[in-house]
Amino acid sequence: MSQDNKVKSTHIERNPGMDFTPSLFTHININRSAVERRAATLGKRRSVKKHHQAAWLLKAITFIDLTTLAGDDTPGKVKRLCQKAKHPVRQDIIQALNVEDLNITTGAVCVYHNMITTAVESLKNTGIPVAAVSTGFPAGQTPLNIKLSEIEASVASGAKEIDIVISREKVLTGDWQAIYDEVKAYRKACKDAHLKTILATGELATLTNVAKASWVCMMAGADFIKTSTGKESVNATLEFSLVMVRAIREYFELTGYKIGYKPAGGIQTAKQAIEYMILMKEELGNDWLTPELFRFGASSLLGDIERQLEHHLTGSYSASYRHAMS
Amino acid sequence: MSIKEIFNTMDYGTAPENSSVAKAWLQHKNNSFEHYINGQWQSPSDNKYFASKNPVNNETLAQVADGNVADVDMAVKAAQKAQKAWYALGGHQRAKYLYALARQIQKHSRLFSVLETLDNGKPIRESRDIDIPLVARHFYHHAGWAQLMDSELPNAEPLGVVGQIIPWNFPLLMLAWKVAPALAMGNTIVLKPAEFTSATAVLFAQVCDEIGLPKGVFNLVLGDGKAGQAIVEHQDIAKIAFTGSTAVGRLIRQATAGTGKKLSLELGGKSAFMVFEDADLDSVVEGVVDAIWFNQGQVCCAGSRLLVQESINDKFIAKLKARMDKLVIGDSLDKNVDMGAVIDQSQLTTIKKMVQMGIDDGASLYQCGAELPENGCFYPPTLLTDVEPASTVAQQEIFGPILVAMTFRTPKEAVQIANNSRYGLAASIWSENINLALDIAPQVKAGVVWVNCTNMFDAAAGFGGYRESGFGREGGKEGLYEYVKESWQSQLSTISPTKNKTISKAVSKNKTASTQSIDSTAKLYIGGKQVRPDSGYSLPVYDANGVQIAEVPDGSRKDIRNAVEAANKATGWTNTSGHNRAQVLYFIAENLSARQAEFCQRISQLTGKNAKDAELEFNLAISRIFTWAAWCDKYDGQIHQVPTRAVSLAMKEAMGNIAIVAPEEAGFIGMISTIMPAIALGNRVIFVPSEQSALLATDFYQVLNTSDLPAGVINIITGDRDGLTDTLAKHYDIEGFWYWGTIEGSKQVEFEAAATMKRTWVNNGKVFDWYNNEQAQSELFLRNCVEIKNIWVPYGA
Repeated sequence: MSQDNKVKSTHIERNPGMDFTPSLFTHININRSAVERRAATLGKRRSVKKHHQAAWLLKAITFIDLTTLAGDDTPGKVKRLCQKAKHPVRQDIIQALNVEDLNITTGAVCVYHNMITTAVESLKNTGIPVAAVSTGFPAGQTPLNIKLSEIEASVASGAKEIDIVISREKVLTGDWQAIYDEVKAYRKACKDAHLKTILATGELATLTNVAKASWVCMMAGADFIKTSTGKESVNATLEFSLVMVRAIREYFELTGYKIGYKPAGGIQTAKQAIEYMILMKEELGNDWLTPELFRFGASSLLGDIERQLEHHLTGSYSASYRHAMS
Repeated sequence: MSIKEIFNTMDYGTAPENSSVAKAWLQHKNNSFEHYINGQWQSPSDNKYFASKNPVNNETLAQVADGNVADVDMAVKAAQKAQKAWYALGGHQRAKYLYALARQIQKHSRLFSVLETLDNGKPIRESRDIDIPLVARHFYHHAGWAQLMDSELPNAEPLGVVGQIIPWNFPLLMLAWKVAPALAMGNTIVLKPAEFTSATAVLFAQVCDEIGLPKGVFNLVLGDGKAGQAIVEHQDIAKIAFTGSTAVGRLIRQATAGTGKKLSLELGGKSAFMVFEDADLDSVVEGVVDAIWFNQGQVCCAGSRLLVQESINDKFIAKLKARMDKLVIGDSLDKNVDMGAVIDQSQLTTIKKMVQMGIDDGASLYQCGAELPENGCFYPPTLLTDVEPASTVAQQEIFGPILVAMTFRTPKEAVQIANNSRYGLAASIWSENINLALDIAPQVKAGVVWVNCTNMFDAAAGFGGYRESGFGREGGKEGLYEYVKESWQSQLSTISPTKNKTISKAVSKNKTASTQSIDSTAKLYIGGKQVRPDSGYSLPVYDANGVQIAEVPDGSRKDIRNAVEAANKATGWTNTSGHNRAQVLYFIAENLSARQAEFCQRISQLTGKNAKDAELEFNLAISRIFTWAAWCDKYDGQIHQVPTRAVSLAMKEAMGNIAIVAPEEAGFIGMISTIMPAIALGNRVIFVPSEQSALLATDFYQVLNTSDLPAGVINIITGDRDGLTDTLAKHYDIEGFWYWGTIEGSKQVEFEAAATMKRTWVNNGKVFDWYNNEQAQSELFLRNCVEIKNIWVPYGA
């Protein structure tokens, strides 16, 4: 095993962004059919079995932004979620897998602004960051000054990561400069908090727009690019993901900065999670298989992973009531 | 490795496919493969066997019956006996059998996949996800053609017993491509798999047995080239279908020449993979992987010549190399490998030799750094850059995971390099500009063109080559024609041995009773000009009473050379619209009509026909010109129903230059009936008229001269038919050859065409009835005018 193949957990230098440079993305033209073919075969060219599968699923847990984004969220619900983030897998399973000292937790907890304080309090001394969705999530149809104050308020409340939505209207009308400007402003408002830019890929009409939007967000200083709010009719797909991670790869080749990737919405099974991880490994390499550069926005994925882990140990298919709810 | 360690390394590990069921099946067969003849498992008559190995580890899988002449003969007899009843079952009953085959293959798909991988060395992912599903698809699709044969091919009847010889690279898939259409059309089969890969063919025979396919309908003879040769040479086989090397294809063409056997050949390739600067480069990289590192590059249509626009070459090659480093090579049964083993040690040696040759020619080598297993026939994915078209590795098929890369400056140059090959099987075009892609596709000399995709196959789409990649199509409706004949074809009578008049090179005229007031000088017609023959000799022409009435030029090989050069310059005719061509044909008819009296008189003079019969012939000729003029813009292509989101265009393209040696006995109507369809569909013609009616041909060019026909479209060379036939058959720049004459002449044409792989259409000494529209205006003419190019264009905004 060469050193290169090991997953590095070195500190990732933040992307400072760059000047708005349309020549870097205006030529982009994505071939949908070809992307679909690649996406369709990714999960068939590679598979992980047995011990490898268990290890990969444990890793997947560390990528999860355990999320609740509902109108009826209450402090009680959020506390339960945070408990689950701290102890995502039943202790006896962790012991049987002999991975206690890996200290597996989810990557973050993701909530609306009003729940930040509760979450921060619940996760005190765990190292698990709180992410907040922002800027008029999910539609983003609010004035810019309000969006900026929302970010500032969330950061002040203790959010370490801010998941913003871009203005889809600006994509559909081709006003890339405006998107660059708004994301740049968000980045500034985030200060030390990491900026995740949600493209709402399901509303951008074409894969070409998805690629261009990825570029503009990275240029404007995004730390992560993220597919969806989870509220669009089409959320994360392997096709969107391919297009976005390929943009990340080229941005890295150009600037040397590693941008993170977060697919969100619709990732519900352990099998899907592994497909996404295969995609990351094949297209970007092991460097990106770290919570600093890869997250799942998901709420029900963890439950399926827990069942698969128990199955790995017992050989019997598990049931959800055997695992703690969030 | 512990879970904790894997958590840190994030390795894939291995994911081996279980092969115990396949191995149990092999054991159940006593690790011995027998012929399947007349519904029975049959030992070889001389009891000889050879070993078949798994190329991944050189373990012997089974002993394989070494078929011989007697075995093949037994199989042919069984097939012959079964054929009439099989056809008589009717389309619906045959459809039910084909459907049952499809279902049975699906039911045992994993066994087929694992067996294929054990036998061939290809990754299990490919046999599981590509080969076997396509096999089932092929039988489903052709169950439908069996059902529809009566309505969709109303004049067709089966050929009889067909001999099929298939290669080792896609053992079961190639079997399906051959067996499904043959059975659907009511033929019975003697099939020989490649000596390296018999396993899935044996399992297929078992499936035939299980579904109760009538005895003798499908016969399997195992063995090597000896058995193949016995099939090729067997006199009771009506058709040979072969997929394999161009060298062997050529031998088969020669061996079957003059036998009347129908032949389809799917041979080698050196297919161009063209990347334009506006392509989606990350997607193109995946395309390259599927083009040349699919099935270890052992794919006849592998995109083995990478042509990249110079402006993006560095960027693209860097992306490609990075991707190569991700490829995994190893045990074919591991679901995580991208490439398994090549077929055999001998193939591995050839590959190594070819790569060294490329390096010696100045190429730069880049190979995927993945570890290779120590044992077995493994070779890494390889890229040779700095290759020029003049390099051997850019010209010869390597049949391994070797990609050679070149650059081009402009679309025009891309086409030139792509077509700078003796092969013409497939091409891949990558551009996001539909105008560019659809401009390039028709210009590439290849039977299959993939736009922004590669190695797409389907039962509904035709597959087959141009040039030395062979002829005939497999798949689609066009593939069915390889397994049928028109019913009138079997009723033709054999020509009476022609008593050609003894022709001497006349030095003095013996002209009497001329009907002409002025001495006429017939010349050759080349490039729109009347020219004297290079030889400087002339031949006498006699009237019906044997009286010499004139002389025609004694054309020779140099005149043929000039005619082909003239034809090559007339590409404008091929590229113009059918509407424009139709106008010229109608105009020819109009101008010919104006000279009716003169032509009728000439017909009477040369044939002794009375005025009424001459007029009948003349009027039929005019009508026939109208028929082909009508077809100019109506022989439409198709859009095939492939099961992916793609337009699959079956485009009918003019063959190019067609040599026509006219039916000696058919005079004027024979000339018109053969020239007109050829030019109607955009071909250029080098025409050798019947000796007896040569004067009608030389009269005819005067009509052509006044009819706006571009120079070089029709070239007329009078002279000794046999000598001219020889030159034409051997000429490399002639794509098609239509020959009406004796059996010996037909044999000569087919035999000599083997070198150039030109498409031949010969009458095998049979007489057409040129007054019978069913024959003389048959769709056969149209089909022999064109190559069908299948262009795949996936779409999606």
